[in-house]
Amino acid sequence: MSEKEESGYKGEALKAIIKAEAEIGDIIRVTKNGQVYEGILIPRSEYGDEKHIVIKLKNGYNIGIRVTPDTKIEKIGKGVKPAFTPPPPPVQNPELPKVAVISTGGTIASRVDYRTGAVRPALTASDLYSVVPELSDIARIDTQILLSLFSENIEPKHWTEIAKNVAEKIEEGTEGVVVAHGTDTMGYTAAALSFALQNLPVPVILVGSQRSADRPSSDAATNLIGAVTAAAKAPFAEVAVAMHETTSDTAILLHRGTKVRKCHTSRRDAFKSINAPSLARIKDGKITMLTENYRKRDPTKKLVLKPEFSDKVALLKFHPGMNPSIIDWFVEKGYKGIILEGTGLGHVGRYCFESLRNAVKHNVIVAMTSQCIWGRVNMNVYDQGRDLQALGVIPLEDMLPETAVVKLMWIFGQTENVEEAKKLLKTNITGEFSPRTTFDKIGNK
Amino acid sequence: MEIDYEKIGLKVGLEIHQQLNTSAKLFCKCKPELFKEEPEITFLRRLRPTQSELGQIDPAAYFEFKKGVKILYEADRRTSCLVEMDEEPPHPLNMEAVEIVLTAALMMKAKPVDEIHVMRKTVIDGSNTTGFQRTCVIALNGEIQVRGKNVPIQHVSLEEDAARKMGQEGNTIRYRIDRLGIPLIEVATAPVIHSPKEAEEVALAIGRILRATGKVKRGLGTIRQDLNISIKNGALIEIKGVQELELLSLVVEYEVQRQLNLIKISRELRKIGVKEEDVKEEFFDVTEIFKETECKVIRKAINRKQRVLALKLPKFKGFLKRELVPNFRLGTEMADHARFWGRVGGIFHTDELPAYGITAEEVEKLRKTVKAEKEDAVVFVADNPENAKDALKAVAERARQAIKGVPEETRAANPDGTTRYMRPRPGAARMYPETDIPPTQITDEHLKKISSRLPELPEQKFERLMREYGLNEKLTRQLLDSEYAELFEVIVNESKVSPTVVAVFLTETLKALKREGIQVGKVSEEQMREIFRCIGRGELAKEALPDLVSWLSKHENRSVQEAVEKLGLKMISEAELARFIEKVIEENKILVQEKGQKALGVLMGIVMKKLRGRVNAVLVGKLLKDKLEKL
Ligand SMILES: [Zn+2]
Repeated sequence: MSEKEESGYKGEALKAIIKAEAEIGDIIRVTKNGQVYEGILIPRSEYGDEKHIVIKLKNGYNIGIRVTPDTKIEKIGKGVKPAFTPPPPPVQNPELPKVAVISTGGTIASRVDYRTGAVRPALTASDLYSVVPELSDIARIDTQILLSLFSENIEPKHWTEIAKNVAEKIEEGTEGVVVAHGTDTMGYTAAALSFALQNLPVPVILVGSQRSADRPSSDAATNLIGAVTAAAKAPFAEVAVAMHETTSDTAILLHRGTKVRKCHTSRRDAFKSINAPSLARIKDGKITMLTENYRKRDPTKKLVLKPEFSDKVALLKFHPGMNPSIIDWFVEKGYKGIILEGTGLGHVGRYCFESLRNAVKHNVIVAMTSQCIWGRVNMNVYDQGRDLQALGVIPLEDMLPETAVVKLMWIFGQTENVEEAKKLLKTNITGEFSPRTTFDKIGNK
Repeated sequence: MEIDYEKIGLKVGLEIHQQLNTSAKLFCKCKPELFKEEPEITFLRRLRPTQSELGQIDPAAYFEFKKGVKILYEADRRTSCLVEMDEEPPHPLNMEAVEIVLTAALMMKAKPVDEIHVMRKTVIDGSNTTGFQRTCVIALNGEIQVRGKNVPIQHVSLEEDAARKMGQEGNTIRYRIDRLGIPLIEVATAPVIHSPKEAEEVALAIGRILRATGKVKRGLGTIRQDLNISIKNGALIEIKGVQELELLSLVVEYEVQRQLNLIKISRELRKIGVKEEDVKEEFFDVTEIFKETECKVIRKAINRKQRVLALKLPKFKGFLKRELVPNFRLGTEMADHARFWGRVGGIFHTDELPAYGITAEEVEKLRKTVKAEKEDAVVFVADNPENAKDALKAVAERARQAIKGVPEETRAANPDGTTRYMRPRPGAARMYPETDIPPTQITDEHLKKISSRLPELPEQKFERLMREYGLNEKLTRQLLDSEYAELFEVIVNESKVSPTVVAVFLTETLKALKREGIQVGKVSEEQMREIFRCIGRGELAKEALPDLVSWLSKHENRSVQEAVEKLGLKMISEAELARFIEKVIEENKILVQEKGQKALGVLMGIVMKKLRGRVNAVLVGKLLKDKLEKL
């Protein structure tokens, strides 16, 4: 068996398969206790044990058969590899805007091999057109596979790579960029690109899916259509996230990259704009702006690329009983900044004060956000807050903790100067602070 | 017409689905129940056909999608959670359901798989929010005995029930997701059934085994039978959703008739020289002809600025009105195709005209416009041009199929036993693994435990009940087909009332009460047991049963004692009875003097009429006899 790695088989089961000289996709016959099973050999999930082999019966069902000493496996037919020839790409309408789609790993389109059950991403332009044919009426698409990472494996160095890649596309004259991304850390990447790509002439839209693209009910296609529509036609030129507004497939919301957070583990409408209105809504192909306060699309603008990030910045969530020596550890390890996720209006226990004082003394920037998610920190109301400010802890208004840590990473990618860094941290660079908070719905409607 | 089913090569396979009576759904902890109220939650979705590696998309599915079909789902919080809404991954397989299916599978001598793999079966009509139905094989290769014949069971599976279709408004189909996720057992037989009657017998036998597990739901909507039917020179037809067992043989009969008639039509068409390529997709706009029509349907369409399009079917005259099964013609078949592919209300064709307000003159003009010869048929549709074209395309395609023979397709069962076109038969089963649910292993210990407490097979139980309780065959059969076979044994053993009395009550009496509209289900098993304990102790007469059950069904949560008092059914003592009998004899002195012992019957009738339900008839007889003898 040549595909041992991919097959997922180990131990007993693998031995039996090798002995039968069978490969994934081959038709095999298994005889055991007088019972005969015939079917296609299917790959084993990596979490499966070493005792079972899985076959797909003629009726389409998979079953697992335990391999025992008297189990006989014979190969009775060679598997036929499906040969896929994608349909020719549709005739591109030269009138339509050009949009670049960069993939980083979240599969926004895929194809199922019903023979073995494998799900493969469909990422080339012709793939995308054939899986989501509506796209050809919206834009001329150019695709690039930049990374193939689960979003939890994306690090600041990848933000740099993505930012440079987006900048290239913009330099080439594309009228909008779509970045396909796994949803778990999409909010962080959105914030990172917001700081790295300044003075944007066109929109940069991140998009993902909460239901995998192989299922007919996936939100992937609808989100992608929304993202490409925004990239091609939106009147704003900002970094934004395009995802479902509700559980229905009716509307896509665009959230400002510095104000967006994944607020649900699994729902389609997991992404919410926090402490700010959403940027725009797309419904029936039409874009409606939801705020007057946005930076306008302007192809004459010259993009400013600042793609460097430092990874010497930490995000620390305070909890009752937190051991303050964690703060000391960051200082010892040469960290340049700590974003605190404090309680309520922006507090940490007095038992952490000594360590914080020590951090500030060592030129570590310490700044405060709130673990409440919604609302603004205010460290003037209680003594504890005033004391923290006196220690040198910087309040960060209504900035999201995730955005704050990304921002401080970006700042230390630009400067080593602590005073300048502090100044930058307090400056509203790309809409990360809202000057006022209006009374909008939070959480459950 | 007597059909020799063997000669025509009839082969039928059955798939029996029945809901399991579990405490929760298959992949979440929601109640497996339906709701009647207005939905608390609604949401709108679209299902997109997924491509296979080969770049294939199910044509019917893609067609629906292109038409912009939307699905409006209805839910409430008691019967659905995020799992049914496809907003959360499924939870692990419900092991209570797995055990019930294993029990049924072992009763049918099927071999359980070592490891259960849940699959996703692509279904994008909206009945599943995910776009697939989750299903898994639990056991393979079983067999059951039906009238001495071995019927192989190909597989016993466990799957989730689908959402309920509530209606359709334009392009929006409404589904309610309360039913989605209720566990279903599926039993599939090999296609070894060779007559309509046998289909019903096999289904009945499987139904009895499922009921014997004591863990399946009962009542309308809990059982669904699918069939695959083929005959020589015909086609393999899948028929979905037969809800009543009694309908099965009729469905098979009709399907055989339908196929035989289609074969006959195809032969005749070919004999008169019609070729598939003669049926052209040339559509004529004939709206002008119907400008002044009296036909309401066409009027309405024209008022809405829709068009009337027509299609000529060469040499089809007379064939469209040919009956395939009662009240179902080739024209009806074409109309069903037109409805599916064109979303039109129906079609008109010249074989049924003039009628519906369409005049002979209009028909003449129509024939002229489409240049129809005398032997041609003309089909027309009034709708928006796009729908009308799709509808007529479908009619043309169906006409071509009629020349060829019987088209393979999936059909849906109607309540009268006929079927209607549902969709083309899907290609190779589009199943792929449900990766969100880990494979579940069935261990030998687990199997041993289930095997050791396997319920009696219905046939064994049948014989035992007859032998042990001295019941006759008919009564035993009725008891086994009722839901009270277990209760019967409990009652007989604890009350010592005559088994036949108990069995008659649990079958015929309860059935009669139900027919009278009495909600027997509201009387608990414990109440029934209590009634029989009283009868056993001689405190109640068995004649009191119907009145008691009827009273208890109308007064929930009241005790049997209360019912007895309220109805005045307390048994009278032997002494009281004796006095009563003396009184009756006194009142009928002349009769007694004339007839002597022979007056017994009349006197018995008088006493029982007065005291029915409060005395034991045997005792009345005995006392009367004694008294009469002593006179
Ligand atoms: Zn649920």
